[in-house]
Amino acid sequence: MTITVTVNGTKYVRDVEPRTLLAYFLRESLGLTGTHIGCDSSSCGVCVVVMDGERAVKSCTMFAVQADGHEILTVEGLAAGAALHPLQQAFWDQHGLQCGYCTPGMLMTSYVLLGKNPNPSEAEIRDGLSGNLCRCTGYNNIVKAVQQAAATLGAAAREPEAVAS
Amino acid sequence: MFPAAFDYHRAGSVDEAIALLKQYGGDARILAGGQSLIPAMRYRLARPAVLIDINPVSDLGYIRDSDGMLVLGALARDAELERTPKLHDRYPLLADVSAVVADPVVRQMGTVVGSLCHNDPAGDWAVAALASRAQVVVRGAAGTRTVAIDDFLVDSFTTAVADGEMALEAHFPAPPGRNAGSYQKIERKVGDFATASAAAWASLAADGTFAEVGIAIGAAGPTAKRVVAAETLLRGKKPTRELIRAAADEAAKAADPSADGRGSVAYKKAMAGVLVGRALDGTCKRLGIEV
Amino acid sequence: MSTTAEPEPYSIGVAMKRKEDPRFIRGRGNYLDDHSLPGMLHLALVHSPYPHARIVKIDKTAALAVPGVVAVLTGEDLAAHNLAWIPTFHGYDKQMVLCVGKALYQYQEVAGVIATSRDAAHDGAELVDVQYEPLQPVIDPFVSLTDKTLVREDREAKTNHIYHWEVGKRDETDAALAKADVHINERIVFQRCHPAPLEPCGVIADMNPGTGRLTLILTSQAPHAHRTVVSLVTGIPEDKIRIISPDLGGGFGNKVPVYAGYVVAAAASVVLGVPVKWVETRTENLTCTGFARDYHMDVEIGATSDGKVTALKVKTVADHGAFDAAADPTKYPAGLFGIVTGSYDFPTAFTELDAYFTNKAPGGVAYRCSFRVTEASYAIERAMDILASRLKLDPSELRLKNFVRKDQFPYPSPLGFVYDSGDYHTTLKKALNKIGYAELRKEQAEKRARGELMGIGISTFTEAVGAGPSKHFDIMGIKMFDSAEIRVHPTGSAILRAGTKSQGQGHETTWAQIAAEELGLDPQNILVEEGDTDTAPYGLGTYASRSTPVAGAAIAMAARRIREKARIIAAHLLEAPVDDVEWSKHAFNVVGIPDKSITMQQAAFAAYTNPAPDSEPGLEATFYYDPPNLTFPYGAYVAVVDVDQETGFVKVRRFLAIDDCGTVINPMIVEGQIHGGLTEGFAIAFMQEIVYDENGNNLNTNFTDYLVPTSLESPSWETDSTCTPSPHHPIGAKGVGESPNVGSPAAFVNAVMDALSPLGIEHIDMPLTREKVWTAIQAARK
Repeated sequence: MTITVTVNGTKYVRDVEPRTLLAYFLRESLGLTGTHIGCDSSSCGVCVVVMDGERAVKSCTMFAVQADGHEILTVEGLAAGAALHPLQQAFWDQHGLQCGYCTPGMLMTSYVLLGKNPNPSEAEIRDGLSGNLCRCTGYNNIVKAVQQAAATLGAAAREPEAVAS
Repeated sequence: MFPAAFDYHRAGSVDEAIALLKQYGGDARILAGGQSLIPAMRYRLARPAVLIDINPVSDLGYIRDSDGMLVLGALARDAELERTPKLHDRYPLLADVSAVVADPVVRQMGTVVGSLCHNDPAGDWAVAALASRAQVVVRGAAGTRTVAIDDFLVDSFTTAVADGEMALEAHFPAPPGRNAGSYQKIERKVGDFATASAAAWASLAADGTFAEVGIAIGAAGPTAKRVVAAETLLRGKKPTRELIRAAADEAAKAADPSADGRGSVAYKKAMAGVLVGRALDGTCKRLGIEV
Repeated sequence: MSTTAEPEPYSIGVAMKRKEDPRFIRGRGNYLDDHSLPGMLHLALVHSPYPHARIVKIDKTAALAVPGVVAVLTGEDLAAHNLAWIPTFHGYDKQMVLCVGKALYQYQEVAGVIATSRDAAHDGAELVDVQYEPLQPVIDPFVSLTDKTLVREDREAKTNHIYHWEVGKRDETDAALAKADVHINERIVFQRCHPAPLEPCGVIADMNPGTGRLTLILTSQAPHAHRTVVSLVTGIPEDKIRIISPDLGGGFGNKVPVYAGYVVAAAASVVLGVPVKWVETRTENLTCTGFARDYHMDVEIGATSDGKVTALKVKTVADHGAFDAAADPTKYPAGLFGIVTGSYDFPTAFTELDAYFTNKAPGGVAYRCSFRVTEASYAIERAMDILASRLKLDPSELRLKNFVRKDQFPYPSPLGFVYDSGDYHTTLKKALNKIGYAELRKEQAEKRARGELMGIGISTFTEAVGAGPSKHFDIMGIKMFDSAEIRVHPTGSAILRAGTKSQGQGHETTWAQIAAEELGLDPQNILVEEGDTDTAPYGLGTYASRSTPVAGAAIAMAARRIREKARIIAAHLLEAPVDDVEWSKHAFNVVGIPDKSITMQQAAFAAYTNPAPDSEPGLEATFYYDPPNLTFPYGAYVAVVDVDQETGFVKVRRFLAIDDCGTVINPMIVEGQIHGGLTEGFAIAFMQEIVYDENGNNLNTNFTDYLVPTSLESPSWETDSTCTPSPHHPIGAKGVGESPNVGSPAAFVNAVMDALSPLGIEHIDMPLTREKVWTAIQAARK
């Protein structure tokens, strides 16, 4: 069937089989390979994307047809051109990635987390990211990255003019 | 893993969903959160010929707190409960559950009603629903009916929802006066099903005795289980250490778990007792009672 | 007293941000499954539900009828191309690609379905009709060793016994044990587990009739070794094979072996003349690919009554599954298990191992460790704690009493290693000090008086990494050197290629840092490439913590060759004799005239524009490094735990890791490696195991059952270091990526056993699940 999905601000009209999972649609129909596949049981979270700006969803546990008429934000949509999103910058600054495979999912889950809880404690961050697995970093630096991003986004919210200048 | 092919229909309203259910009968499954159904389809353990997607139904996601009852529409997501602070005071048992179901991402799609309909023996919401004496509103072509949770949960992965019907709402009563509850869960890690779980809920009479008590355990049989003997011990009494211990022992006795990677029968039964004890302790603490 | 500040590190020792990150944070990584080639087909595999069965018939008809299915391949089809069997990495065995006549473990690959889409391939795979005749499986290695049921009919020797290995002095050790004041003997099991990187394995095989070349885009930790194996197995000359290992989403040893999917995809591509892609599912990853560990070790230590160890004896039964696909150096079927004397000065030691086949998935890969070093470290660190308990000595005291002393290095161990350097006393004392050991013991005493269970566990491991010297080490005959090639461009930047392959370890940054230090260049302008066998110099790849010790050395040495050439150019520019020109403060100057210097950039420019007479233009060098020895990183870890007696839950309250890996190239990257390895050790200690039930069913086929801890379960790690450089390594570095996974399991288990010791519980095997701990407490209380 034909679906219309807005991904990273661009509207796409595509034909899909109902059984095509959203993750494979993004990767293969749209060529957005930043969203990854890591398991069969919805356990690992490397496939997380953001739906309608406010829900982190495991795109391997959703059919592409369900995204019809909705907005999806993937990792490729985080940066504004050359300007990295504070989360991306923070993951880089704090060495919050090693192999990079879990990173898109971590970024998208964190994006929603900070949207709902702009000043999370370490415990809240660890809890909020517990649907995303990482095998490389041991999570310490991922927590630090989210804390840095929270601080940056908090400062920007308080002084938007200063940041823009 | 890749699902087998199926036909997909979108329902724009409950009536449409019911009509589609009538049309396709047992070949069709409702798609709401999909966080249990889709993984099963990826393994091809579930192979519905037809999926009826009710996500487009615009007015099914409500969470209404009125007339001494929390009413959750079929599309009320776990995460929405988790994020509703006022619920944490009035419905602490449900707030507890909403923080430990599955994982924080799955919770953003998963629904309470969907979890009750899926009725995994180790599911969390069923346990809390029993303790809360919840009800489920079911609708079919023949009309609407309200089913008490004890009658709703029939067997593993089986509920009172008949062919051609869908669950519309869940009701969690909150009578006037002081009441509280607590949910305790042992899981090997976040996202694992419970090794053992327990829900306790109680309301306080003016004389400090338990007016009503609900005690249930999960991952302890084909479905979540009400521990009637424990409830009987406590109903109408002031809670004491001895009574709580006795109630916990009843829970361990009543538990009928299967052995699996999460634990042996002996361990799970023992944990049912431990967790009921802790759930009662937590409930008393929230009621401001010292035991 | 003068206070000269430490000079700012130039490149080595700088915590510079990683150069590879920009693509990963943008979701622009190039992992295997991100690649697509025109005309590409997809491969899906069919798996045996039986752990041991004769294959009676395979009917392809229904599968071939699925729209989009192009071909179905079986073991028989592969046999026609001589591809039914391939050699295993360490030469003691061969393995089936697809089942040949029999299935030997549950989920073994039986057939491959090639189709125009992934969905069609999986639809087809479901319809391949295989008739099996189930046979009795052999699951317990202790049953296997009786030879009552044979796992491998194909082998000449009709026995499940694969090999016997031993090293040390048996008689001397037995005698010492016999007359020891104290003699402990414990069965210590390191359970079967699995490396489980987040990115599964896969390949795109492209036999291109236009070029006559077979290209494999392959999840490979060792692309050159794989190229040579593919050539030997297929008969295709190496110049016609190209392996490109792209960005890898983790490896941890899982991407070292050659898997059925790779061979079937390659064969299919050869036959069909189009690219064929295979990406495994998580289930396939956990059930078919290289498992790790599965060692059953009987550990005996003899000691005097005042705590001096006199002898160590370890006898191991090793379970290799249905094929001995352990990737070990040829002369070391049990890897570097001889490191089992650990950090202690044993006067005598002996170890022997017998390996057996069972009806389980094949392997024995080094899961984030040097070959079998984790098993050895765990055994000795557990046993030392058991000894301490028997002697009623504090475990830190027992260790300090028996450590190899700093002045004993280089230390020849009784099991044949020469440890390069170490200062175990200093490192352990630093750890005890930092964690507040004395206060913790006080707190523990108070808690014990109240009946609470708190534990402190120590692990002072030494591991052997950096395989290895050509005298002793080879994989399928190929010596275990590694290589680097560096070329400096006219305008002063450079390209560096190495024979290793990062899977997240940060080589694009750390290799640039080594070269930058040696060459006085900016590491931001040294492009590092790995993984393409067409361009990278031949190397043995990245696993077993060998990259920094071997390739890191090659990089330094290649850079020094360049520096020598550049010195000649500098002398030419300075109009001075070459012997009068020195390299100082990252530039060249005439001895005694420091103000007139030539930078490497200037020398590079001159190499192309104004070469020295009688000298080659250009500026590049290659170095193949044959290490003179292994390196021996070590550490002191302390874990503090609290046990919930009602449920058996163990809370890791604190974990401090002090690591000594010699020279640290990038402290931020090293710290990240420690965090990651500790989390894997934590998982192994508390929740990971691949279990086969008595009927041979694999009970851990996905992340729902094979548990990877989340950010919520994982403790917050504290780290620190000491620095004892390796005397034989060009920059004194030892490697560290796997130390935390090697050293930590014992720290966790020692801590829990310390917590339970008032109840008289001596040992519990990993994983220390809630139930195991609870059961032990219940039994002790009866």
